[in-house]
Amino acid sequence: MTKDKKGNALGVIKTIASNQLFIPLLALVLLAVVNLINDPTFFEIKNVTNNAGYIVKSGALITILDYGSELAILAIGMTLVTAASGGQDISVGATIAIAGSAMLRVLCGGNSRPDTIQAPIIVAFLVACIVGMLCGAFNGMLVSIFKIQPMIATLILFTAGRSIAAWINNNELPIVPDPKFAYFGGFIPGIPIPTTVFIAAICIVIIALVLKFTNLGLYTQAVGINESSSRLNGINPTFIKFLSFVILGLCVAVAALIKVSRLSTINYSVIAKDIEMDAILAVALGGNALSGGKFNIWASILGAYVIQFLTTTLYKFNVPSDALAAYKAVVVIILVVFSAPKAREYMEMFVKKLNPARKEAA
Amino acid sequence: MNETTLLKMRGIVKSFPGVRALQNVDFTLNKGEIHALMGENGAGKSTLIKVLTGVYPKDAGNIELEGKAVAIHSPQDAQNLGISTVYQEITLCPNLTVAENMFIGRGEGVLTNWKQINADADKLLQSLDIPAKATQQLSNCSIAVQQMVAIARAVDMDCKVLILDEPTSSLDEQEVEKLFGLMRDLKEMGVGIIFVTHFLDQVYEVCDKITVLRDGQLVGEYEIKDLPRVQLVAKMLGKEMDDLSDIKGETNEYKGKDAGEIVFEAKDLQSDAGIKPFDFFIKKGEVNGFTGLLGSGRSECVRAIFGADRILGGKVKVHGKDVKINKPIDAMRNGIAYLPEDRKIDGIIGDLSVRENIILALQVLTGFFKPFSKAEANAFADEFIEKLNIKTSSADKPIKALSGGNQQKVILARWLLMHPEYLILDEPTRGIDVGTKVAIQKLVLELASEGMSVTFISSETDEMLRTCSRLVVMRDRKVVGELTGDDLTQNKIMATIAGGE
Repeated sequence: MTKDKKGNALGVIKTIASNQLFIPLLALVLLAVVNLINDPTFFEIKNVTNNAGYIVKSGALITILDYGSELAILAIGMTLVTAASGGQDISVGATIAIAGSAMLRVLCGGNSRPDTIQAPIIVAFLVACIVGMLCGAFNGMLVSIFKIQPMIATLILFTAGRSIAAWINNNELPIVPDPKFAYFGGFIPGIPIPTTVFIAAICIVIIALVLKFTNLGLYTQAVGINESSSRLNGINPTFIKFLSFVILGLCVAVAALIKVSRLSTINYSVIAKDIEMDAILAVALGGNALSGGKFNIWASILGAYVIQFLTTTLYKFNVPSDALAAYKAVVVIILVVFSAPKAREYMEMFVKKLNPARKEAA
Repeated sequence: MNETTLLKMRGIVKSFPGVRALQNVDFTLNKGEIHALMGENGAGKSTLIKVLTGVYPKDAGNIELEGKAVAIHSPQDAQNLGISTVYQEITLCPNLTVAENMFIGRGEGVLTNWKQINADADKLLQSLDIPAKATQQLSNCSIAVQQMVAIARAVDMDCKVLILDEPTSSLDEQEVEKLFGLMRDLKEMGVGIIFVTHFLDQVYEVCDKITVLRDGQLVGEYEIKDLPRVQLVAKMLGKEMDDLSDIKGETNEYKGKDAGEIVFEAKDLQSDAGIKPFDFFIKKGEVNGFTGLLGSGRSECVRAIFGADRILGGKVKVHGKDVKINKPIDAMRNGIAYLPEDRKIDGIIGDLSVRENIILALQVLTGFFKPFSKAEANAFADEFIEKLNIKTSSADKPIKALSGGNQQKVILARWLLMHPEYLILDEPTRGIDVGTKVAIQKLVLELASEGMSVTFISSETDEMLRTCSRLVVMRDRKVVGELTGDDLTQNKIMATIAGGE
């Protein structure tokens, strides 16, 4: 009787452990426990009055949700690009600068200190979307039509992107005068939760609906796993790869809106710096193969929040921001090794070894 | 001949979760013997080989080599004991030279004397009559020669037992002959050879003994002269097959009102795969085929029909109406389905589940914005898993985990689910067991009797004769003849392929 129960328990553990969400969830729990031991107030959410005079929620968890938004949104697009092309887009940071700069140009009309915004925010956002998608289309064209390795293809915009962004605004740093524009990266008056959380939620819901009501998931995975076979089944692999980059471009535009809104201005060389690496990491952390094929977008999104959780935790431990990257790297190595399929095999073997020992004991 | 026992495997047991892959299997190999290991897919051939080569640990039983009990825990152990394996897929490095491939991973010092090695390699190649040079890059050799180089590597490592796992499936007839020559030479040298294959002809041509496995159990060991072909097949299948060849008579011809109507017609069709423009047609309920030597352009013709290669010219009619077929989806919209020749490269989507692999073509045809619900997909998958008797523990299993024959059935299910009017099968029976082969042949005739038009391509002529009522013969990428009725005989086909007498 007890033997059966133990066997069942082991079985359940095995099923859970083999789930792709297991590693990011485990990391999340571990981080939560570490923080709980270090400082139980970590999880406290307080009401504070912000600069604008409204009461808003504040606390480490809110910070994580807030600052993890851009990453979560980018992780959606990066997962699709990875799955379809078997490579990664390293230009997202630079294209955020381009899309953000284009948004500012429309809002400020080429004037660096305008008194009022020169165009509705929605128009500026749509322009940013088009610019983001054009950048994605450029990358996608190089990868899908000219068959250039994704990392090499996107190296072009990675290198040139921030200069292009500066050029769009004649290297000036326009400031958006309308306080409404700051809502997107901050708070909407009367709503105590950061707007970014809602934006991320909307993006997640949209991708969930797209995956449910179209064959994007099936096609993308089929192309990533076996391009030649996909073509003989009537799929157009070139278009699917191209599409994945365009979708990432759209994600970039949304991330740019948040990034630019946080400051109401832009710093071409610093905005969204190194964010591509975190986005790629989120995909890897979610247990998705960076060589493409099968993917789990929820695991990537979860991975994005884990990375932000880690960053926030390190800040709490008073790690200086210069040293942050080194600390992060250590934790990342552990996480990535544990989420590798090989590590899983070893763990399964370990569980198997435990099994007969237990039986003997019983 | 020296009749000493070389290898003795007794009472080998190997279980996988839920399956007893090998139950008490015995296997004996003598020196200087070519021993065929036969059985359907999943009979336990590969498992037995993998136990012998240390890839899988055995659960019970013992292995004796030259009278001494040996423990084999890894492929390295097996190699050190003189057990070498040459697999169906070449496992050498194509971008290294022949000599490098023969000696790689065996260096004992830091310094390597390439001059010496090249000379040694050339001597060995010459002695084995292998048409390759030591300094040649491996990828420049034909597949057959590459395989021979792999064998030469094994020979040079003083192998006593040589395992050839389906070495001939990607070779043409002349290459197979060369390989057999090499095998006979090795036999003379006293090497024991275990030969795993699906080709019955080849077994009878080159082997001395046959061991038959079925469902993980030993059926028996036979001298080749004591076991006629039909009986061998019967032993593999576990039932008496009175006549393999006469399945055409069992099924009726299609007799609908529109019988004889031309479903598909091509004129001067040409693709960029290097075939000469050709004409072709197929009637409703007809089974025809392309025949010719490997590389004569059979596959390229059907690929052109399906739009799989780039189309350069020609006119195509479906039911008498002009249509444009430039890419696979165009063909699919016109009710044409194509089961490709290379299952691994063009057929399966390895990591996707059996279910997703089955629904893929119909799903693409239905449209990007109309995904099937889970229930629909399950229903489709379950229907065909049952109909085609696909052996899988669940529809969620990735297709790459299935055996070759079952993978092929999944791909077949994919196209049947589309309910095509015209089905093209390019080597559907390659590398799969006799039972499935016959099942597929029967299915083809059955589909035709229900009004489907089928084009069937196979390297085995008797298989084509058994199923097709009309054969298009190809030579050097050109259609050179067409055979129907009484002309459908082995001899006539050979004569047409050879041509010009």
